[in-house]
Amino acid sequence: MAEHHIRCTVNGQARRGIVESRTTLADFLREGLGLTGTHLACEHGVCGACTVTVDGRAIRSCLMLAVQAEGATVTTVEGLAGADGTLSPVQQAFMDAHGLQCGFCTPGFVMSVTAFLEANPDPTDAEIREGISGNLCRCTGYQGIVEAVRLAATRRRAAEVGA
Amino acid sequence: MKAAPFDHHAPETVAEAAALLAEFGDEAKVLAGGQSLLPLLSLRLTRFEHLVDVHRVVELHGITRTDDALRIGAATLQAEAEHDAVVAGAVPLLARALPHIGHFQIRNRGTVGGSLAHADPASELPTVALTLGATFEAASVRGTREIAADDFFTGTWSTALAEDEILVGTRFPVWAGRTGYGFAEVARRHGDFALAGVAAAVALDADDRITRVAVGMLGVGATPVRVGAAEAALVGTVPDGAALAEAARAGMAALDPADDLHATAAYRRRVGAHLMETALGAAIEEARRG
Repeated sequence: MAEHHIRCTVNGQARRGIVESRTTLADFLREGLGLTGTHLACEHGVCGACTVTVDGRAIRSCLMLAVQAEGATVTTVEGLAGADGTLSPVQQAFMDAHGLQCGFCTPGFVMSVTAFLEANPDPTDAEIREGISGNLCRCTGYQGIVEAVRLAATRRRAAEVGA
Repeated sequence: MKAAPFDHHAPETVAEAAALLAEFGDEAKVLAGGQSLLPLLSLRLTRFEHLVDVHRVVELHGITRTDDALRIGAATLQAEAEHDAVVAGAVPLLARALPHIGHFQIRNRGTVGGSLAHADPASELPTVALTLGATFEAASVRGTREIAADDFFTGTWSTALAEDEILVGTRFPVWAGRTGYGFAEVARRHGDFALAGVAAAVALDADDRITRVAVGMLGVGATPVRVGAAEAALVGTVPDGAALAEAARAGMAALDPADDLHATAAYRRRVGAHLMETALGAAIEEARRG
């Protein structure tokens, strides 16, 4: 069974590990690095719970091998809040707008929405719904999530005007 | 579920990748973005001893335009092609079809060549390639060759690529003159595999007469299909709404979609004809403005 030594940057820290060829990035993050904020549900690319960013692009970490992350810069949900625990604008908006109930899908949503708003800071409601269509939530009925994305977008734009 | 064990190989050149495929034969599979292959492995619907991962092969990346063709390297990300101004200008049909692939997180890993070589009959890029008559560039230790789109898609998830061949790039023809393009599909939810879909391209003369038309469909057979009956009904005409509807009806009548879990054949016929009318109508409208 082939094993690989890999090195990558995760949430700003240089990390290394030894993985099997078949180890997914999601399993490496959770089991190799103890970053269990990245959740796994379907493990075949349908639900979006495992979404992280790799070199700035939101991807499904169950559909990427850990060995493919060699040299990459990875951000997980643990990397969003400030060092003092201040939530990111997207995290805060999910909290304020009731964008979660049980919370299982939330890390994936927060990572997807963070990347989505980077690319489209002022989305229409239709664009928001398309933007979150790659993540499944079985609790909220999505209304609170759409509201959270709207709120996060508004706050992000206000922060940029103020900056 | 987790994939069964395999060995991961990361060649840096096409020659190295081809050598690995030649060495391992049917025990090896090319891994590009992995957005189709990794789910199949995780669900253990398929299994390979060796994955030849081509994402670090620099020569497989990139988009280049010549006068009459747009070439997309096989490992170019779908997201890169989707947002590329050269692609949108040269082959608008690609730019219309790409956003329908999965979700943006999938297109951030999925590659143009990976989707083409995977050849799912319900997927968008194979349908665009067949509709426009793209040319596929393949390489192996035996040399390189080109495969016409008409010969490339041989069945569900199967292509004319031999076990030891790797798809290097695809050239899409650039249509000149007063041209227009339409793409329409129906899926149960956004990002799901489409139940049926249509890609259409038209070129008009100065009098709005159709000089050239290409129509392709996804989700209505074991491969993407050209809808020759609809093309024949339209070429040389200045179609009104009734003529378009008749061409779409004739096109669907020549096809034989299947019943499956997701939709009946009758539903696919009905929605397929409607989508064909929609895509052709949009293409003609766009060409008339040009």
